Amino acid sequence: MYPEAVAAMTNLLAQPGNPSSLHASGRRARRLVEESREKVAKALGSRSAEVVFTAGGTEANNIAVKGIAWDQRKKEPQRTRIIAGSTEHHAILDPVEWLVESEGFSVTWVKSDTYGLITPDALREAIGPDSSDVAVITIMLANNEVGTVNDIIALTAVAREHGIRFHTDAVQAPAWLELNFADLGVCAMTVSAHKVGGPHGIGALVISRDCHVTPLIHGGGQERDVRSGTLDTPAIVSFATALEISKARRTETVARVRIMRDDLVRRVQEIAPEAIYNGSIESRLVNNAHFTFPGCLGDSLLMLLDAQGVECSVGSACNAGVPQPSHVLLAMGADRDAARSTLRFTLGHSTTQTDIDALIVALPSAIDRAKRAGMPTLTSAPVRV
Amino acid sequence: MKVLAALSGGVDSAVAAARAVDAGHDVTAVHLALSRNPQSHRTGARGCCTIEDSNDAFRAADMLGAPFYVWDLSSEFQEKVIEDFISEYAAGRTPNPCLRCNESIKFEAVLDRAMALGFDSVCTGHYAQIFSGPNGPELHRAIDPLKDQSYVLGVLTEEQIAHSMFPLGDSTKVEVRAEADRRGILVAAKPDSHDICFIPDGDTAGWLSRQIESVPGEVIDVETGNKVGTHAGAHAFTVGQRRGLALGNPTGDGERRYVVDVDVKNNLVMVGPPVLLDIDVIEAIKPRWAGPLPSNGQSIHVQIRAHGDALPATVHFGEDLITIQLEEHLRGLAAGQAAVMYDGTRVIGSATVSRSRRSATV
Repeated sequence: MYPEAVAAMTNLLAQPGNPSSLHASGRRARRLVEESREKVAKALGSRSAEVVFTAGGTEANNIAVKGIAWDQRKKEPQRTRIIAGSTEHHAILDPVEWLVESEGFSVTWVKSDTYGLITPDALREAIGPDSSDVAVITIMLANNEVGTVNDIIALTAVAREHGIRFHTDAVQAPAWLELNFADLGVCAMTVSAHKVGGPHGIGALVISRDCHVTPLIHGGGQERDVRSGTLDTPAIVSFATALEISKARRTETVARVRIMRDDLVRRVQEIAPEAIYNGSIESRLVNNAHFTFPGCLGDSLLMLLDAQGVECSVGSACNAGVPQPSHVLLAMGADRDAARSTLRFTLGHSTTQTDIDALIVALPSAIDRAKRAGMPTLTSAPVRV
Repeated sequence: MKVLAALSGGVDSAVAAARAVDAGHDVTAVHLALSRNPQSHRTGARGCCTIEDSNDAFRAADMLGAPFYVWDLSSEFQEKVIEDFISEYAAGRTPNPCLRCNESIKFEAVLDRAMALGFDSVCTGHYAQIFSGPNGPELHRAIDPLKDQSYVLGVLTEEQIAHSMFPLGDSTKVEVRAEADRRGILVAAKPDSHDICFIPDGDTAGWLSRQIESVPGEVIDVETGNKVGTHAGAHAFTVGQRRGLALGNPTGDGERRYVVDVDVKNNLVMVGPPVLLDIDVIEAIKPRWAGPLPSNGQSIHVQIRAHGDALPATVHFGEDLITIQLEEHLRGLAAGQAAVMYDGTRVIGSATVSRSRRSATV
């Protein structure tokens, strides 16, 4: 977290005032919330009325996917199909699968290319000849595992040809890319504070005024009737502070992080020439380096590097903490062994060259040992595409 | 030493790991995910590997300051323990899945991976003791006879024992629970796990009937050769069993009939008077030795159930099987059970019962 965001939050924690109250403390809190809403809107190229604060990205994704699907079906009952990218985060995959399993919707997964990119042609193919049954399209802006950045403007152009609502999960993007909600052509966009140097547990769904959703949470209608619940003023102010700083420093941060990331990639490839650098080279977040290390189980590498003080990630874990083959890699066409042999190095605004050097020192012996530990038999995780 | 502590989420493994930390070892914790579709929690003493267990294991590791990871061994467990269990029953044998799990999962898959990753030893909460003897490490019974788990560790080889650590063997369960409580380990009062972990409701016959096709067949009196009843599927019966036979045709002698043999090939359940269950010769295959082999004719003790008595016997080596001559008769022994051999408290090794009989001389 940026120190300024920490200060903004901690300064407010002891202050009374529910932004929905009508008395002086309430009005003071309301002013802070609305000023923050304006800052967030400005940073994201939206109108402030379009910013709906949520308790993070997962909630925003759920409101968008379920809320738009329900609303569209209510208005036009034949709209029961969801189109979603095959490389989405679980905060999209799981609500979509829930809608299919429990709410009578169907889903068409949009195929990814081998770089993790969702192309307009792939979206057209997923829509098919008849789009009259589509309730919503959801495709992420930047992938959380391999860092591939989709061309949302080109994708929303396809959706517009068919008049279909389009949501994008942009959680990974604002720290690294210039985002303009109006230009993207989406009707809803998810962002989260902790990815821009703000606190956990706060985020927003930016949603155009004419994009209606059936709410998930009822009870007060505090946020435009889209979302109910007492607003968390300190977290909202901290989020807006972090987003503002992150935008102001972005050019410098991006340039600095890109140099370190490129150095990391070059040196990893020197150490392990067999390693496969996954994702797109050009259309990629500057803070992401993602590799397949053939013959090394990702979680063996993670454990060995963790012991050396290097923190990195494998694809994702189920709720019992069991590492699963990465569905993103599988969607990109990797086989299941390759999808379990991956490691993601993510850089942040606070990463230093010393961190990169420490990784490069620890990596050779980790690869060596992980290879010796081998690849246990495959588990039967579901294959999505 | 660099020690990999397997944490189940229960009391024993948590205290074992805590003792390893206290002994000055560099401890890393892993929870073994053995189920493909873990339940969120378990109630009572049955089942295992729930998400709650994983969380409990994580909290225990955290309290010890040990890094914690989850290792997914569900495929190995499915293949080497569950499928083996089913195929053994389908073949009319009565396997012990805990031994199979120790043999092929905990002290093979886990131990091998731990060694490759640079660990020196795997630590578990089993109640057994390892002493260093003149010929290398020796596996001994725990001091608590009620908790002693040396039987289910009887499949470990000398090499596996050399890289294992059982810090609880010198304590009673009561002491371990008290220690967990003293250490503030939150699972101190969690019930012990019992029975077969992958059959959460404890109904082994019902579970097997869903895995193995049940074909009704005849129950035959082995003495007369007469059909005395029918059964719903031979695999649901095990040697020594009396309940569930539902024989509608009582025998003339008024004596109860027991399952004396299960003939899966012909789908027959053979019953007879209890005296036919009395055996004193065990033939066993697939031996695994915890140290130097016993000498031919050596006096030993043999245990054929996890909490059974140790019976005096002598061991004899045949061409491709081991013969264990018991000093007294034993009632009811099924093929597939493990015979674990002891010299005093020391585990000599184990073998799988292939056949049992009465010696000609008795």
